[in-house]
Amino acid sequence: MEGSGVGGSESGSMSTVSREDNMVVSSEDSSCPDESDLELGLGLSLGGKTGGFKMHQLSKGGQFARILTAKDLPSVISAASPSSSSSSSSSSLSRANVTAGTKRTADSVAAANGSSQVVGWPPIRAYRMNSMVNQEKNMATEGFNSTMVNHKSETSMVEKTTAGIGKYQNNGNIKLRKSLFVKVNMDGIPIGRKVDLNAHESYEKLAKTLEDMFLKTTSSVNPVGSMTLELGVMKKITRPSKLLDGSSDFVLTYEDKEGDWMLVGDVPWEMFLSSVKRLRIMRTSEATGLAPQLQERNQRQRSKHN
Amino acid sequence: MESSELKRSKDSVNSCESARRSSFPDEVLERVLSLLKSHRDRSSVSLVCKDWYNAERWSRTHVFIGNCYSVSPEIVARRFPRIRSVTLKGKPRFSDFNLVPENWGADIHAWLVVFAAKYPFLEELRLKRMAISDESLEFLAVSFPNFKALSLLSCDGFSTNGLAAIATHCKNLTELDIQENGIDDIGGSWLSCFPESFTTLEVLNFANLTSDINFDALEKLVGRCKSMKVLKLNRSVSLEQLQRLLVNAPQLAELGTGLFSQELTIREYEELESALSNCKNMHTLSGLWDATGIYLTALYLACTHLTFLNLSYAALQSVELAKLLAHCPQLKRLWVLDTVEDKGLEAVGLNCPLLEELRVFPADPFDDEIVHGVTEAGFVAVSFGCPRLHYVLYFCRQMTNAAVATIVQNCPDFTHFRLCIMNPGQPDYLTNEPMDEAFGAVVRTCTKLQRLSVSGLLTDLTFEYIGRYAKNLETLSVAFAGRSDWGMQCVLGGCPKLRKLEIRDCPFGNAALLSGLEKYESMRSLWMSACNVTMNGCRLLAREMPRLNVEARGGMPRHLSLLSEMLGTRQTENH
Repeated sequence: MEGSGVGGSESGSMSTVSREDNMVVSSEDSSCPDESDLELGLGLSLGGKTGGFKMHQLSKGGQFARILTAKDLPSVISAASPSSSSSSSSSSLSRANVTAGTKRTADSVAAANGSSQVVGWPPIRAYRMNSMVNQEKNMATEGFNSTMVNHKSETSMVEKTTAGIGKYQNNGNIKLRKSLFVKVNMDGIPIGRKVDLNAHESYEKLAKTLEDMFLKTTSSVNPVGSMTLELGVMKKITRPSKLLDGSSDFVLTYEDKEGDWMLVGDVPWEMFLSSVKRLRIMRTSEATGLAPQLQERNQRQRSKHN
Repeated sequence: MESSELKRSKDSVNSCESARRSSFPDEVLERVLSLLKSHRDRSSVSLVCKDWYNAERWSRTHVFIGNCYSVSPEIVARRFPRIRSVTLKGKPRFSDFNLVPENWGADIHAWLVVFAAKYPFLEELRLKRMAISDESLEFLAVSFPNFKALSLLSCDGFSTNGLAAIATHCKNLTELDIQENGIDDIGGSWLSCFPESFTTLEVLNFANLTSDINFDALEKLVGRCKSMKVLKLNRSVSLEQLQRLLVNAPQLAELGTGLFSQELTIREYEELESALSNCKNMHTLSGLWDATGIYLTALYLACTHLTFLNLSYAALQSVELAKLLAHCPQLKRLWVLDTVEDKGLEAVGLNCPLLEELRVFPADPFDDEIVHGVTEAGFVAVSFGCPRLHYVLYFCRQMTNAAVATIVQNCPDFTHFRLCIMNPGQPDYLTNEPMDEAFGAVVRTCTKLQRLSVSGLLTDLTFEYIGRYAKNLETLSVAFAGRSDWGMQCVLGGCPKLRKLEIRDCPFGNAALLSGLEKYESMRSLWMSACNVTMNGCRLLAREMPRLNVEARGGMPRHLSLLSEMLGTRQTENH
């Protein structure tokens, strides 16, 4: 860790205290007047202070300085060589050591998430972090597969009831529905939400959930104060109307696996589930590139409702 | 004993010799003292006089060493000749969060070598944050014929081969508890190493491992170990396999399931439900990886007597949790993920009046782009419904001073208050003020507080409060807090019972470090990283305190890591 990642990058020989460092430090810090009787010992075998107990070591290259008291130390200054240690110290954090590999993964999770992470923060045990990583991976891969399975045989879908398992049909199997959470952002709101697409069976239900989430005042938890304000403002501006039929000021769009932004509702639901990466509630005015389809769809919707 | 003798011994209370002659023979004293279990009480007893010191050391069978560098194994063996059980802790706690480099130390082997010579009848070894190799495990397995219990928590350096050695050689093993270690999981064949004649296992916890185990071997093992009380499986064990195990082990008191998600037929579901509810003694339930609403229902009947439910690997939604908790009226300890959100915690407050401990872990700690997790509202809701709450670990993204004040007003008996506002240095989100008053309320109201972790935007005022009011505080964790040396000085100058202090990324420097010289005498450890301590400061400290083990790392003076460890308790040093 070396000072939250500062040491490794800012100083080539961040790990050792050579004679020069001693002098630099002591000139900066004048609070230590007499150092001659107290030397730093570096290196692997520093000896024991307690009845010959051998301190277990301490990485190669003298990465540590274990300060012992005057009576334990030899009077000769021993300065370790800084050459090998910098490489070993800076690489030790990223080295895929088999035994500590599991511990290091926690930091690579953080890095993979793209945010600038502080080492070891939040303070969650590496073991737990790794479990979360594995869990996410499993859910990501399985979620995709199981949606296909689930929607192939609509009749064997389970309804969650308070009583217990609920209905089942056909071969009597309880089919498991994995979650398929995707992020949803709405123009004008900095913080997004996540919605489980597999918990909805159709576009209509999805739109309803999103309208509840974004276009109405949220019920219990609404931590972001500004969000409430914005929603309140927006509530006046937009009537609580549907996102799908083009009558609201917003349209529902999604990013597919190829990175293209499409209007939601154009393809069959199952196909949508298999290609959606995330959702965005876009201002109609901004959905210009998608406008032709929008108009077309509006006509289609209207004719359907007739 | 005649009354005249009694009177004499009372008169000569300062002279142990005459007291000894007239009253207790050594054997009686030793017998009485052997009933003392608490190591703190034993330390006190050993300070009374030389005879009591000797009686204590001869009667002690379990030794607890909170810091493996505080004393050498030779000294321990010399003082306590009859040890059967050892608990050792090694690395600083921040090593759990990757703040301590590999190969730092805390290797068990030197201890094992001494124990093999001096304690051949050793029965139990419990290690926390130690480094242990496969060779050491094998050495352990063959050196102690009476060996019964091995517990490894947050250790590293070994693989499943080491476990195979234990299984092969420890004929009297009753406990194998492998928890949250950095273990190299080569494969599950170690389980097959338990001989067919082996039947004594009572505790088996391999939830740590990820690879598939030999289920056949496991099933047979569980089948023949009729005294098994604790069984914690790993992810690779399916629901169907779980059912098969439970049918043969209805006596289980603690169960950790495997993966709790699988397509089952109705019949299989009913069999699982039945097997679970047949475990009438079950008071602890964990595992439950990937548990979803559908299969949680299978647990309902089994939860009637549950006191500890660990859902921290199951990303439940609030409704699912609420339904489950309705069946857990006896719950005292609950661990959940923050996917349950505030609504889930409201359900906790409503359904669990006996709750004493709550831990809420973040499912997605790095994603700041979406609304998720729990807020102050959830914590407040729990505090209203659970007045007996005394242990909390709470990860959240926002908090207010007012909420914390309400919480401790509802639950004044906190002994462990660990609040982690995940964004470093974040103020009260409603008032934009520092969170000083929150922790002030905690230390003022919760007089029994032993452990405190602070977070959020904090000035030195927080530490003034802590130093002044936290009379029973033993462990304090601080990160990204404080304004000047004064903060740390307040803590070191107050907090009479402080034992462990860990600090990272705070503006505390040499003056603060050096203000604690007197305090360090009674502390177990101090950790400071990414603070303003310099190498000179460490040097001064080491010189002023010859018995202190000071370790400093880092080249840049402003960014030194400093770990100082006390040389155990006074009495060990004289012998």
